[in-house]
Amino acid sequence: MAEFAARGEAPEVLFWVGCAGSFDERAQKITRAVAKILHHAGVAFAVLGSEESCTGDPAKRAGNEFLFQMQAMMNIQLLNGYGIRKIVTACPHCFNTLKNEYPELGGNYEVVHHSELLQKLFSEGKIKVQGGSFQGKKITFHDPCYLGRGNDVYEAPRNVLEKLDVELSEMKRSRAKGFCCGAGGAQMFKEPEKGQKDVNVERTEEALALNPDIIAVGCPFCMTMMTDGVKNFNKEDKVKVLDIAELIAGAAEL
Amino acid sequence: MFAQIIFVVLLIAAVYLFSKNLSRIIRNIRLGREIDRTDRSSDRWMTMLRVAFGQSKMVVRPVAGIMHIFVYVGFIIINFEVLEIIIDGIFGTHRFFSSLGSFYNFLIASFEILALLVLVGVIVFLIRRNILKLKRFWSKEMTAWPRTDANIILITEVLLMTAFLTMNATDGILQSRAFDHYIQAGSFPVSSLFAGIFSGLSSESLVMIERFCWWFHIIGIFAFLNYIPYSKHFHILLAFPNTYYSNLNAKGRFTNMESVTREVKLMLDPTAPVPPVDPNAAPQRFGAKDVYDLTWKQLMDAYSCTECGRCTSSCPANQTGKVLSPRKIMMDTRDRLEEVGRNIDKQGKDFRDDKSLLNYISEEELWACTSCNACTEACPVNIDPLSIIVEMRRYLVMEESKVPAELAGMFNKVENNGAPWQFAQADRFNWANAD
Repeated sequence: MAEFAARGEAPEVLFWVGCAGSFDERAQKITRAVAKILHHAGVAFAVLGSEESCTGDPAKRAGNEFLFQMQAMMNIQLLNGYGIRKIVTACPHCFNTLKNEYPELGGNYEVVHHSELLQKLFSEGKIKVQGGSFQGKKITFHDPCYLGRGNDVYEAPRNVLEKLDVELSEMKRSRAKGFCCGAGGAQMFKEPEKGQKDVNVERTEEALALNPDIIAVGCPFCMTMMTDGVKNFNKEDKVKVLDIAELIAGAAEL
Repeated sequence: MFAQIIFVVLLIAAVYLFSKNLSRIIRNIRLGREIDRTDRSSDRWMTMLRVAFGQSKMVVRPVAGIMHIFVYVGFIIINFEVLEIIIDGIFGTHRFFSSLGSFYNFLIASFEILALLVLVGVIVFLIRRNILKLKRFWSKEMTAWPRTDANIILITEVLLMTAFLTMNATDGILQSRAFDHYIQAGSFPVSSLFAGIFSGLSSESLVMIERFCWWFHIIGIFAFLNYIPYSKHFHILLAFPNTYYSNLNAKGRFTNMESVTREVKLMLDPTAPVPPVDPNAAPQRFGAKDVYDLTWKQLMDAYSCTECGRCTSSCPANQTGKVLSPRKIMMDTRDRLEEVGRNIDKQGKDFRDDKSLLNYISEEELWACTSCNACTEACPVNIDPLSIIVEMRRYLVMEESKVPAELAGMFNKVENNGAPWQFAQADRFNWANAD
């Protein structure tokens, strides 16, 4: 982003990578897939790189409003300084926070989840896939809570997956009834309270009951939870957990 | 004449008691903090029409949803009959509206059919609760009282509907005998089916039964009216305002804490202009320790909850065996609010006991929540247990610094290196270098 600014140019869209997308090795692959797609589609995008900082989402969900607002105001200062108008992110937690919780603190941007941007790029003909390597595969999509119930985005990821010419199979608990992966509300950063089962195991069990080839996700936290869940059932050789961006980038052989 | 006096006395007593109960509940709800839910009134009306009036979220679970519509529609429409009963009771008339002629016949016939549907619905509900023992009606927070409360309501409805139909059955026979003042009025498609069992009785006995059922029905309704403010069943009234005052924002959006905003602004820039603080305002707590710290809407939510348990049965934490149950959060909030209300009744409005919501809701419950919004999505009357959980987390974190150690670590990392994990901010662009 700093380079754009130095040239006196503005990007079409800022790609907000997020902490998981920056640091988590598995989620970095999602980040690269999104970047490849944006390049391929000719979208002039920027990232903040080392200037980016946590949106404050986990702090807010865990009740630390001070820390959240500190993070938010610093980020807003930076974003407004660069004159950012449009943001895309592959993390529904960042998406929700930037979209819904930054405006009250002075940060007003058009924020989209990468599934929405992908949908738009398809409809504009900027990306095309011919089924590719995933043709005919059985895929089930796990709704991220902060994309689905949190922001009523249910169809964009499904519309994108349909471009792959795959067999989309829905879990019983999907869309508004979707069952959490267990990572939201800052659970990602702590051990679960004691119970009979881990939430991600319950959810993965439901997904595996459909005998899918691929469990598609749209969130780096869901990625971690579902991947661990699949490992828990020793199915990692048979069932892949992939983000929708990875599926599109893979099918388009980017 | 004597009967009319008794009736009027009972009517006045019932209405008086109910208005007292109602004002007690309104006072309790007003103990909550202010929140503006008066904007976007057309969206609010639409939400109320769709969710409460139209039962849109009830039918997500079709069996319970359809049975509930029977009971709900029956309840609303049969109450027109109560109007006639009240007029008859006051003026000593019999079937006052019968002058409406064929329209009256139509009304009575539809009341009878609805009464039958209510009976079917209520019996299905009793079976689901007591014979099939559906899990959500027997989970931990469903202790003896909540289960009894539900059964009292359902059995009362069985009795009221049975009395209504028996009254019509005997009335119908008396009409056919043209006995005394029992003029031809009404049409009885349901009660005529079983009227045969009374046909051997003398007209005097039939009048006895008919009068008994009439009195039983109306006294039952008066009693019911004054039972519901003490019961989970209060949802029949509060469902409407509670959906009207729903949160209309995206569910993922948590409230912004203004009080924090000013402090953070000052911290980031001590010279920043911030709105002055009202020196007379009571210092506000961060988050919620007790019912006073919740908004009036959250307190209304507690009184609107009918303990159906749809929230809990869709809660990922609960369904995997954690102690958290969103229904229990609502029941605890109501129990605590009732306790505070009783204290005020006995000791005056400034009395504070040494208890709080935290005596009811444990930290373990609060930290088990994934904030996934399954509970708010499932609630048929748009109750928001998640917002209470978040307010209580805010209290624990910001007032008491009571937070699971891993989360305290996460806070530190966000504060020090701008990420919830231990990585240097300078390495944020490293993702581009691999592959």
